[in-house]
Amino acid sequence: MTTNPSHGMMALDDLRVLEIGDERGAWCMKLMADMGADVIKIEPPEGDPSRQYEPFVDDEPHHERSLFFWYYNTSKRSIVMDFDDRSNAETFLKLVGTADVILDTNTYDPVGRLGVDYQQIMSDNPGLIWCTITNFGFGSSRDDEPQTDLTLAANGGFAWMNGYDDHSLPPVRGGGQQAYHTGSNYAFMSILTALLHRDATGVGQHINVNINGSVNVTTEAGSYSWLVSHSTVQRQTGRHAGVAPSMPSQIKCADGRYVNTGIPPRRPAEFGLCYRWLEDEGLLDQLPEAALLLVGAELESFSLADVFRGDNEELLAIFGAGRAAFDLLASKLTAYEFFTKAQNFGFQVGVIHSPEEALEDPHFVDRGMQVKVEHPELGREVIYPGAPYQLTKGSWGITRRPPLLGEHTDEVLSELD
Amino acid sequence: MPHHVKSQALSHLRICDFTGQLAGAGATKFMAAFGAEVIRIEDPTNHGRWDILRGMPPYVDDRRGPELGGPFNNHNVGKLGITLNIKTEKGRELFERLVGISDCVTENFSSGVLRSWGYDYDRLKELREDIIYVSNCGFGHSGPYEKFKTWGPIVQATSGLTMSSAIPDQPPAGWGYSYMDHTGAYFMAMAIMLAIHHRNRTGEGQYVDVAATEAALTLNGPVLLDYTVNARPLRREGYPDANHSLHPAMAPHNIYAAKPIPGSFDEAWIAIACRNDKDWHAMRDVLLADGCDWAANDDYGRLAGRMAAQVELDARIGEWCLSRDPFQSAELLREAGVPANAVQTPEQRIDQDVNSAESQLWPTIRQTEMGRVRVDGIPAKFTKTNWSMTRGAPVLGEDNDYVYGELLGLSESEIAGLYEEGVL
Repeated sequence: MTTNPSHGMMALDDLRVLEIGDERGAWCMKLMADMGADVIKIEPPEGDPSRQYEPFVDDEPHHERSLFFWYYNTSKRSIVMDFDDRSNAETFLKLVGTADVILDTNTYDPVGRLGVDYQQIMSDNPGLIWCTITNFGFGSSRDDEPQTDLTLAANGGFAWMNGYDDHSLPPVRGGGQQAYHTGSNYAFMSILTALLHRDATGVGQHINVNINGSVNVTTEAGSYSWLVSHSTVQRQTGRHAGVAPSMPSQIKCADGRYVNTGIPPRRPAEFGLCYRWLEDEGLLDQLPEAALLLVGAELESFSLADVFRGDNEELLAIFGAGRAAFDLLASKLTAYEFFTKAQNFGFQVGVIHSPEEALEDPHFVDRGMQVKVEHPELGREVIYPGAPYQLTKGSWGITRRPPLLGEHTDEVLSELD
Repeated sequence: MPHHVKSQALSHLRICDFTGQLAGAGATKFMAAFGAEVIRIEDPTNHGRWDILRGMPPYVDDRRGPELGGPFNNHNVGKLGITLNIKTEKGRELFERLVGISDCVTENFSSGVLRSWGYDYDRLKELREDIIYVSNCGFGHSGPYEKFKTWGPIVQATSGLTMSSAIPDQPPAGWGYSYMDHTGAYFMAMAIMLAIHHRNRTGEGQYVDVAATEAALTLNGPVLLDYTVNARPLRREGYPDANHSLHPAMAPHNIYAAKPIPGSFDEAWIAIACRNDKDWHAMRDVLLADGCDWAANDDYGRLAGRMAAQVELDARIGEWCLSRDPFQSAELLREAGVPANAVQTPEQRIDQDVNSAESQLWPTIRQTEMGRVRVDGIPAKFTKTNWSMTRGAPVLGEDNDYVYGELLGLSESEIAGLYEEGVL
């Protein structure tokens, strides 16, 4: 079952972590588990709710076939504990006594339901790091409101930033539960911060992470334009929301797929490279403005502001020729060809891959982003996305397939005796 | 020093920091908020402008210049700043002494820049045996695209995040900003701290290769497993559909036009998500009370029915949403137990949402030239070593006297000489 039997020491394999929560904290705990922490997911008897989430293996709904659950729960162990049965309090406290970190999302409320005392737990376990992730921060006047990833993305600012030039189309959330991810990212950074403090002093503490706050401080100019100059950015197709409109940066290529051109050619050397690229493709005679690129290549350097001032017609024409050259090249090349050729000329452009195309892209394959995990119960080997960072020592790895419901209850409880 | 009362969480750590923009600077900003001594190295020969954000808008007033860029200040709060011309022999010697008293060296240059200056991990390790060297660049330090250049939008494009942010029959909407500069910085901060914990356990330093594209690739997990297990790509007819929810299945689940708020923008939007049948029944009652008899349709009573009828359901809910401003309808729905929020503008979420004030999310710092400015805070509270932000980004060379004088032991006249020679 172990995927990387070869991996040796992992950075967090000295830690025992209890996960008491829902999908809002599962990403944080996957990040810890894949760095070697012994993450014990405490599930209610009916199982974590996300076991019922689509997509399922072969589209057959079953609590052991949720790919959503699988992704967020690699390398973890699972135990079942009924928090409505107060006779479990003693076992819970014993388990807490073995833990370095607790992550909870205030979903199952072990303190209230089992009747254990949070203050007592913290004083009995002075090194314990207890991190709570909630929608608005534990104790907030808004924290009891019903929310989802979508509504938090709307409240916290993601949605305002994303969408189209055509403002009759709605703002766009951004795929993949990124509000929850962002809360979990802050939780993991916070736990590591508290861990380094504990390494130095032995002292643990409670951390209160706010998902809405995490979204709010992850909007770049959306926030600082308001904070610094009381200006408001507006959404634009495929590029930075701006206080003032900017030029389009997505081009549709010959295969119907898109590239992001960032900023088109704007430096003298880039006009020269653009000319050479057209020449390589045999397209010079299809671009009447091509000669302007050579004029541009001989210019002293200029800034975009010089172009946009609009009073230098030659500059505008040269700049326009650069854009026309990109448009022409895109119309003749696939998005992937445009991307790799442009980058080889030094242009900072990107092919707009779908997630699965990225996973299969030769660069990411070469970098080891496809990781195979055995699922013996289904007789399958499943490819998972790989490491978000490459440590050369104590490195990342999926050490177990996601756990079956309660798979490790007996194993973990027997370790307590 | 110290300029203010600092968090003790990371106050035992010193980072020799070449990071810039947001993808790198955001990582060490987080650590500085928890007390790490982050020493930002800048090139005096071009006034630190290799970090293009140094002079970029927004500005607090009519003044312009490398000390006055709003984004630079936001991403470099609480760091120390020194100037150092690393192309000079004395500059290199000072850098090497600084590495000798630092825990980490951090940078987010294009691949190979630090190496081209003669400082790869092996050389840094000679300067300090247990040094941790963390680089963060778009495609990492190996592989076919190692030399390719990126910034946030390119990272998002190549990793799948841009494509997955769209609605049907439209081109990619993408992220309207560098989501992966923020998030790449988060992963860089994690990587730095993971390596420090490893060093605490073993005494070993190491090299860490963070590629923002790979961090981004991990953020679409269920979609990727649906492909690797069920062979169902996200690039298919009618998808992606980022405002609907397939994983898990929820309906209704969308962003709807609402009645604009007088005095605000001429558009307003509300996000609504029914997690389950119970949420729908609660929403149905709100709709029925408003005379929306169509909501009683039994086909909508169960998830499968609502998923199948999602387009017509969206159209009808959309009509209802136009009757109120989005804050009113959201409150009505939430009181009934249904997740709903206005799509808040920056002003609404920063200055009018009670949660911003409660969580002290936007601290006011003082930057030497800009004066008092609000910045992005940290969305977490620690009971014992909470973060603090009081000092803004350093102006060029603001901490030369402290770093070269107190830390490296140079005399005032030696420091003055270094300025004259163009080293500082």
